[in-house]
Amino acid sequence: MSHSDTREPRTWEPGLTRVPYWLYRDQEIHDAEQRRVFQGPTWNYLCLEAEIAEPGAYRTTFVGDMPVIVARDEDGELQAFENRCAHRGALIALDDGGQTRDFACVYHAWRYDLQGNLRGVAFQQGVNGKGGMPPEFRMEDHHPRKLRTASVAGMVFGSLDEDVPPIEEYLGEEILERIERVLCKPVEVIGRFKQTIPNNWKLYMENVKDSYHASLLHVFFTTFNINRLSQKGGVIVSESGAHHVSYSKVAHQPQASAEYSAEKLRSDMEGYALADPSMLDGCDEFGDGVTLQILSVFPGFVLAQIQNTLAVRQILPDGLDRTVLNWTYLGFQDDTPELRRMRLRQSNLTGPAGFVSMEDGAVGGFVQRGIAASRDQEAVLEMGGGGIETQENRTTEASVRGFWNAYRGYMEI
Amino acid sequence: MAEFTQERLGILNAAYARCIDNDEVEAWPAFFEERCLYVVNTAENHAAGMEAGVIYADTRAMLHDRVSALRDANVYERHRYRHIVGQPFVLGIEDGAASVETPFIVVRIMRDGATEVFASGRYLDRVVEGADGQLRFARRLAICDSRNIDTLLAIPL
Ligand code: FES
Ligand SMILES: [Fe+2]
Repeated sequence: MSHSDTREPRTWEPGLTRVPYWLYRDQEIHDAEQRRVFQGPTWNYLCLEAEIAEPGAYRTTFVGDMPVIVARDEDGELQAFENRCAHRGALIALDDGGQTRDFACVYHAWRYDLQGNLRGVAFQQGVNGKGGMPPEFRMEDHHPRKLRTASVAGMVFGSLDEDVPPIEEYLGEEILERIERVLCKPVEVIGRFKQTIPNNWKLYMENVKDSYHASLLHVFFTTFNINRLSQKGGVIVSESGAHHVSYSKVAHQPQASAEYSAEKLRSDMEGYALADPSMLDGCDEFGDGVTLQILSVFPGFVLAQIQNTLAVRQILPDGLDRTVLNWTYLGFQDDTPELRRMRLRQSNLTGPAGFVSMEDGAVGGFVQRGIAASRDQEAVLEMGGGGIETQENRTTEASVRGFWNAYRGYMEI
Repeated sequence: MAEFTQERLGILNAAYARCIDNDEVEAWPAFFEERCLYVVNTAENHAAGMEAGVIYADTRAMLHDRVSALRDANVYERHRYRHIVGQPFVLGIEDGAASVETPFIVVRIMRDGATEVFASGRYLDRVVEGADGQLRFARRLAICDSRNIDTLLAIPL
């Protein structure tokens, strides 16, 4: 009998170059992730400040599978708390967002202020001197769980952990810089879409961090020189590996790279052309020649700049084999009409119908189904060695290994 | 002066749906004017005046590019649609163009045989008559009721 036949299907050797497939299909792992990762000492993207600009504005969102309300209170401070009534647990807010002075639970009308404090209990004194809450009931002892909030470049993050490091420290200087590079002025939301994909959330995060696949899977990237591994670019991996940035610079001539021709890639389609190439017309709006920057923040946040499309993605697990992507497409408030039109046209590259992103929404499902009968087999992550260091090339799985390094740390496995 | 009768609009929609559902998408761009607007968006975004679409094309050539990507470039699992398109309702006629609203339901048939409701919504159209006497879309906004796209949107709505 071979080693793999006898091995417990729940073991994971130390190291980052092997990922056992049971991790993507295990209920206990899923439950532990909610506690240790999403509700643990991590920062989770909640919404944009622009979406809750005025006092009294709120949005409902999620941290993992925990429903959350994020609001701007009367003093203009950001507040976030669990969207769960302290009485019997009903959702406090039912809408995606809006403007309010306080929140009243529909079930028994308990009321909460914008900070998530319980402010009113219906019939607390009873009716006609009968019934009501016991005299020792104190409203201040009852409220939904509150989150710490932090704002970075107009994005609101929340954490359920008291001891989470400050967000600047959590992100590290390089990641922070790359966020500020894109979100450098007041934004405007130009579209919001939700996409449900048929695979475990970790497969989607790995795909986001996988700079190796980008020009192999995506015809548009390779054929139209939006992203080729032979372009100048690199991967930045944060210290623990948790966050990453991969980026590449514009290549003005089509590059006939010897490696590319030798591989005879499906994605390198000679003769494939656009009838309306203006879709790809763009401008170097950040002035540094970087035309593609994909950035992730552990556990489930992505900020992407593909040419002039700017979008944030919130990645939320929805059971073991479903993941929800919340896309928010952005423009800047000072966009000229021409630049805005460029963004709208280029947005064909991203999102659920994106010439590029369509494929990212599909491959995770191929893996999820491919590994259905292989709990005790493993994925191989050896591209570019075994490390997680920042480098000036993208033919590497360093940032994917980085994800697992951080994951193992939080999960303690 | 073009005539936008219920019958003509009904035939336009029937031909459009048949073209997509019978997998003849190469003929799909011909339902549009050269300069046109085809956008797939959500009811929520549309009501809020948000312009970015899941699909956004403002020339017929961009629709051709959707078709060639679908056929040659993109990776996704094969599937088909069946459109059920309701009665076109003429909202008004101005400058030789009819504003028309038409409800639709699209079911998706996956490779494994599953059939499910994939999208419902309404088309908000601006229909014009070309020099050849054919009705075409100067604008077709496919406004989906839900803001959730299940998995991906490869074939146009
Ligand atoms: S559950 Fe909210 S008031 Fe009872
Ligand atoms: Fe990709």
